[in-house]
Amino acid sequence: MTSWLFAIDHKRVGILYMLSALLFFLAGGMEAMVMRAQLAAPNLRLVTPETYNQMFTMHGTTMIFLVAMPVLTGFGVYLVPLMIGANEAALPRLGALSFWLQLFGGVLLYFSFATGAAPDAGWFSYAPLSEKAFSPGAGLDYWALALLMIAGGSIGSAINLIVTIASGRAPGMTMRLVPLFVWMTLVTSIMIVFALPALAASLVVLLSDRWQYARFFDPSQGGAPLLWQHYFWIFGHPEVYIVVLPAFGMISEIIPVFSRKPIFGYPFVATSTVAIAFLSYGVWVHHMFAVALGRNFLAVFAAASMLIAVPTGTKIFSWIATMWGGAIRFTTAMLFAVAFLLEFTIGGLSGVAFATVPVDWQVTDTYFVVAHIHYVLFGGTVFALLAGVHYWFPKFSGRLLDEKLGRWSFWVIVIGFNTAVFVQHFLGLMGMTRRIYTYPDLPWFGTLNLISTIGAAILVFGILLFCVNIAMSLFFGAKAGDDPWNAWTLEWATPSPPLLQNFAQIPEVRSRRPLWDLKHPEAPDWMQV
Amino acid sequence: MLAIAALVFLIVAAGVVFTVVRYRSRGKTVEPRQIFGSRKLEMLWTVTPLVVITGLFVVAVRAMVAIDAPQDSGRQPDLVIIAHQWWWEARYPNGVVVPWDIHIPASRRLLARIESADVIHDFWVPELARKMDAVPGRPSYIWLEADTPGTYAGTCSEFCGAQHAWMRYRVIAEPEASFEAWLKMEARGMFNDAPAADERLFIGKCGQCHDLALGKGPSLAHLASRETLGGGVMRNTPENLMLWLTDPQAAKPGNRMPNTPLTAEERRTLFGYLESLR
Repeated sequence: MTSWLFAIDHKRVGILYMLSALLFFLAGGMEAMVMRAQLAAPNLRLVTPETYNQMFTMHGTTMIFLVAMPVLTGFGVYLVPLMIGANEAALPRLGALSFWLQLFGGVLLYFSFATGAAPDAGWFSYAPLSEKAFSPGAGLDYWALALLMIAGGSIGSAINLIVTIASGRAPGMTMRLVPLFVWMTLVTSIMIVFALPALAASLVVLLSDRWQYARFFDPSQGGAPLLWQHYFWIFGHPEVYIVVLPAFGMISEIIPVFSRKPIFGYPFVATSTVAIAFLSYGVWVHHMFAVALGRNFLAVFAAASMLIAVPTGTKIFSWIATMWGGAIRFTTAMLFAVAFLLEFTIGGLSGVAFATVPVDWQVTDTYFVVAHIHYVLFGGTVFALLAGVHYWFPKFSGRLLDEKLGRWSFWVIVIGFNTAVFVQHFLGLMGMTRRIYTYPDLPWFGTLNLISTIGAAILVFGILLFCVNIAMSLFFGAKAGDDPWNAWTLEWATPSPPLLQNFAQIPEVRSRRPLWDLKHPEAPDWMQV
Repeated sequence: MLAIAALVFLIVAAGVVFTVVRYRSRGKTVEPRQIFGSRKLEMLWTVTPLVVITGLFVVAVRAMVAIDAPQDSGRQPDLVIIAHQWWWEARYPNGVVVPWDIHIPASRRLLARIESADVIHDFWVPELARKMDAVPGRPSYIWLEADTPGTYAGTCSEFCGAQHAWMRYRVIAEPEASFEAWLKMEARGMFNDAPAADERLFIGKCGQCHDLALGKGPSLAHLASRETLGGGVMRNTPENLMLWLTDPQAAKPGNRMPNTPLTAEERRTLFGYLESLR
């Protein structure tokens, strides 16, 4: 027990991150189910409006800050040193501190339920609704203080990862040879270092408005409510890519291994990630298209937002080209990776719709947005994560996940997710606005919402199957061996699970696939590229 | 737009499905040919989307210019729409103020100013105008135009607190002549110069908020002819109206109306008065 409490080994800290994320994922999922139950039919009164508002505020905040970021950080912290042939993270104590800051932030946030004052102004907490005049309870204070801790933790772990990648690479591993997951984790970490301070600063400003009568966002005293939106989204849109890029990295590792081919166009995939990172700082106003900000101003952000579809699209094509001509093995991990391609494409395309300003002027803040973000964050990030868990679980635990149960959970999750979310596109186009605790009995509203709720229930069942698989396989799974997938990156050259010292001998790296070179001395990569 | 999106999705889906079916390993143990990339192909699938989105951008900007009203024209707006937690009011140049039901003349492009009295709301009548945020301290302008007379549904489209769900209103577009007649009639005001007993009771008990000069709560003019109460939260039936008089927090939880102590007699009088407001 204490060996976990005081762990500074990157593998243990990584596992702690993932476990805490799983715990909060279940909490966030329950919040979603309360909402879906309340929306199952028109004019229901299962929960009060206040409770409903707390549910979606906590669901959004939890899924972004307590699930997506920590689980991706966990994968990064666990895998990056192994993939670059390092024996430990560069700043192990900072790594552990970051995790505990993150966890206590989450605990503080959830403690607000016990005080009866959970935050209820949305995960974006727009001013002046978040000001004391309109949200007098302590919920917003818990929210801001918790996020401050989480922001600190995120920045700390990002710095740890950057330094590790910069200084810990095995001899011969230049930045052109690091695995794509490491590339994308690096880009993400740099983005965190630049984006999270904007959030932290705006939280401090909000707290001083609430407690010191600073009036930054109070128009009656010369403040500007829109200032909050600019602050929040200049963090908030890079944030979307922060929780998507490492998922891209996972897909870029998994698809090649199960297609038995190297990634198609490594330099393009890596460079397009950098392009996404740069562009992501110039698109935040597309969250504010419904504010009168001036046509030319909006057009610039529309152009940048559309442009970001290009480097994202090239990745999709690269992944398909990687599979093309391969010998594809359909493990559960690969099933999730292939489903990711389709689900994420749907989310990407509806994203281009929002970049098209006149479309945004109708559908923003409707269920079309809800559908869009869920195709990006669930169809994208979560599907990639599920692929990643099935792929790396043998390394983490030494045991294979059950393939049969894995396939079952895959199909149940795919059916549940799409049933729950696809119909929300139609609801949005029919005029159902988001964040409403109930709705009148308009044509189709009740039917489509009921379908969505049923889909959500199916999805929960699928997630439970996945959890059962994890729990069972942890104890009864087949022994994995060092390299169950016949893979090519360095983590598979270590025992499963790796020992405290990752590598008995630091390997020398001459190409992007050191283990391929080892297994194919007749045709190593470094002779071809 | 939808066609382009559907086409792109079909291309990707077809690519994925074809690839995964065609290139299944089927138990092969020999590694396939190792291909590392192709500059030509990569350029192709970078430039082609670039061309598509450039086209989309041009279309988008043209549409923006056509839809969007000038924010700084200096022109007097034809009506001012003010959002409140959780109700709407419309103010007309001749001083008429109405809650919930916004009347406009059909077939005329109106310049409407959108304001907020408290937090950020959003004015959205999908069939008549673009969506526009109502930001406190920062009025903005939209074109509001109905091609044909009729009743159009509107709602608030920015989360604004406990009762965001029930800010549903109607925009009623009428032929020019009947709109003018309506406006003239409204200009006479709600109260009589020599109020009767029930009207005096209303002013005394409810006037602090439901008096338009103060504007704290919505006017109750024409209450009896409204379809719904509280922005759609319930149908306008005698039982529901009585519920509002007895326990407004049960009728619309979280709304700004306090429970007002009334005797049964007073409640009956007020009920009768409100039912007479056609």
